[in-house]
Amino acid sequence: MENRPLEYDYTVAKLFMFTTIVLGIVGMLVGVILAFQLAFPEVNLLLGEGLAEYTNFSRLRPLHTDAVIFGFTVSGIFATWYYIGQRVLKVSMAESPLLMALGKLQFTLYVVTVAAVVVSLLAGVTTSKEYAEFEWPIDIAIVVVWVLWGINIFGLIGIRREKSLYISVWYYIATFLGVAMLYLFNNMAVPTYFASGGIGDWYHSVSMYAGTNDALVQWWYGHNAVAFGFTVPIVAMIYYFLPKESGQAVYSYKLSLLSFWGLMFVYLWAGGHHLLFSTVPDWMQTMGSVFSVVLILPSWGSAINMLLTMKGEWQQVASSPLIKFMILASTFYMFSTLEGPIQAIKSVNAIAHFTDWIVGHVHDGVLGWVVFMIMASLFHMAPRVFKREIYSKSMMNTQFWIQTLGVILYFTSMWIAGITQGMMWRAHDEFGNLAYSFIDTVTVLHPYYTIRAIGGLLYLIGFFMFAYNIYKTMTVGRRVEENELQTASPMGA
Amino acid sequence: MFHWLEKNPFFFAVAVFVTIAFAGLVEILPNFAQASSPTVGTKPYSTLELTGRHVYIKNSCNACHSQLVRPFKSETDRYGNYSLSGEYAYDRPFLWGSKRTGPDLHRVGNYRTTDWHENHMWDPAAVVPGSIMPAYRWMFVNEADVDTAYAEQITIKNVFNVPYNKPVPMKDGSTVTVTLEDSLEGAHAAALAEAKIIAADMKNQDVKDAIAAGKIPEIVALIAYMNRLK
Repeated sequence: MENRPLEYDYTVAKLFMFTTIVLGIVGMLVGVILAFQLAFPEVNLLLGEGLAEYTNFSRLRPLHTDAVIFGFTVSGIFATWYYIGQRVLKVSMAESPLLMALGKLQFTLYVVTVAAVVVSLLAGVTTSKEYAEFEWPIDIAIVVVWVLWGINIFGLIGIRREKSLYISVWYYIATFLGVAMLYLFNNMAVPTYFASGGIGDWYHSVSMYAGTNDALVQWWYGHNAVAFGFTVPIVAMIYYFLPKESGQAVYSYKLSLLSFWGLMFVYLWAGGHHLLFSTVPDWMQTMGSVFSVVLILPSWGSAINMLLTMKGEWQQVASSPLIKFMILASTFYMFSTLEGPIQAIKSVNAIAHFTDWIVGHVHDGVLGWVVFMIMASLFHMAPRVFKREIYSKSMMNTQFWIQTLGVILYFTSMWIAGITQGMMWRAHDEFGNLAYSFIDTVTVLHPYYTIRAIGGLLYLIGFFMFAYNIYKTMTVGRRVEENELQTASPMGA
Repeated sequence: MFHWLEKNPFFFAVAVFVTIAFAGLVEILPNFAQASSPTVGTKPYSTLELTGRHVYIKNSCNACHSQLVRPFKSETDRYGNYSLSGEYAYDRPFLWGSKRTGPDLHRVGNYRTTDWHENHMWDPAAVVPGSIMPAYRWMFVNEADVDTAYAEQITIKNVFNVPYNKPVPMKDGSTVTVTLEDSLEGAHAAALAEAKIIAADMKNQDVKDAIAAGKIPEIVALIAYMNRLK
């Protein structure tokens, strides 16, 4: 009896796997629409003149970023936690009815909050701060969801059998604390309805910070929301799933220590690189630049640790599409964490800032690293959660190449667009006058915007293949036994 | 030490929190008091201007337009003087943006007129051939929300000491007083009076009818805000 392996309970993990996929489709679909709007402005009227207010670029843009960040990615973080947490702590969710109930409550509240976000953003209810657009009632709901998750993390840790916390758990704890701190401080606001004695919209609020200070807090948040949403939890995933799927031990414990504590210390300083040549003090801008460059060390530490984990087993990259996804993800992570510091150097930033190169950077990081890694995680989880074989390996392979092509088209076109525009903005003619009017620097981008939209569309098609493959796995995949699930995931043809 | 931390989740979490909170304390706190003092010539927003600012935010204009002129010749040639910290003293939230799909707007009031904005917001490509900006025709119909702007004015006056009803120094040595009305009715009347001056320069019949009926369309408030950006 005592030696029987633990039966883990994946009820909550399954729920969040579902929202990961659904909100991924929403976020990426809106992204593709936005991309086509920039290439072909008529698409702003895709549902006709009457609904133009709700389909135009500026209304949809926050919906895209927030659906991908708070919808797809955060769902993926929750789903993988409710899977990995139990396994590395050697304790089942079923052992604690309280944690199980709180997990389900967290999911329910999460779905309600997402619905409120969609409605409010379409209605134009926004604070304007990037990735923090929600007004205070939604902020409070988000805080509650987050606290419920925190209770689950520490609750599960409290009843664990494995005393030593695995690397992934460090990263999940950091995700929880980091996002909590950043989100609370950046969203500090005074509700005007209550402060004015009941005038105007009840949900409206005004920021606690003004002007330059507001910018400073916002980009301290904005940059580190990327850290604790798009980096830290994704590293948590790869530290668990890559060794599991490949059957290889993590290459170096010391390197993982150095990378973790290095990342924790360095990341928070780098926010200033969003504010170069702005009105924040120069010393802060320089600190932002310097620490961004230092950030290469811990970032590459994790990525190299993952690549070396595959030492002697590289044939798996060719044979397993799942390993392909993870290795490409960590390669894109290296790539993106080199590109970021380059853009944070002041003289480069002078050209890159405000252009599409920044958009390209975000997307090679998110499409190449974050989404690839979350999809790989779900692919690995599916057979173990549903006790079924992955429906189609060949579809995974096809998806991999379609999406890889999509990402490449996306970031190469945005590089060219960004640098072209940055150079044109600063060009002077022989008399010292500006060489180009602003509109010249917009019309020249049309081909690149078109290529980007096609790249995004390819990526979305790949994501639909992913969703279909998972759906088929759930419903018609061959049933498998526990002994087939020890390392490499079973896959159908 | 690290092995010990990995077996003691509470102290592990404390160690992580201290490590990540450190940078924020060092970087953000020292700047706070200094950066929030206004430059000479920067005055609080009037009710109509603030209403327009809300329209700007509601439609995420900041997704494509920055309000930050960087200190480069190419930028000052194109947009005017580079931006100063104190010019943003009454900007809650800041609207610097992070992407220039369209041009910077921090000093747009210096070189664009009510008439230009009216035509441009109705049909951008007709004013700027090749423009990829969508039209914002619903702003000519939707009524602006003066109430919420007035509530915000009361809030920032009481909570953050924004100098409404106080003389504010201007660059030419004079002073200007931005009035905050005592009542919501007063605020509506003042906003409408300001809106009439702008609507007088506009051609759209719906807008003129709305103003005549005592209503303020979003476009009028937005133009009031844009004209004030100097």
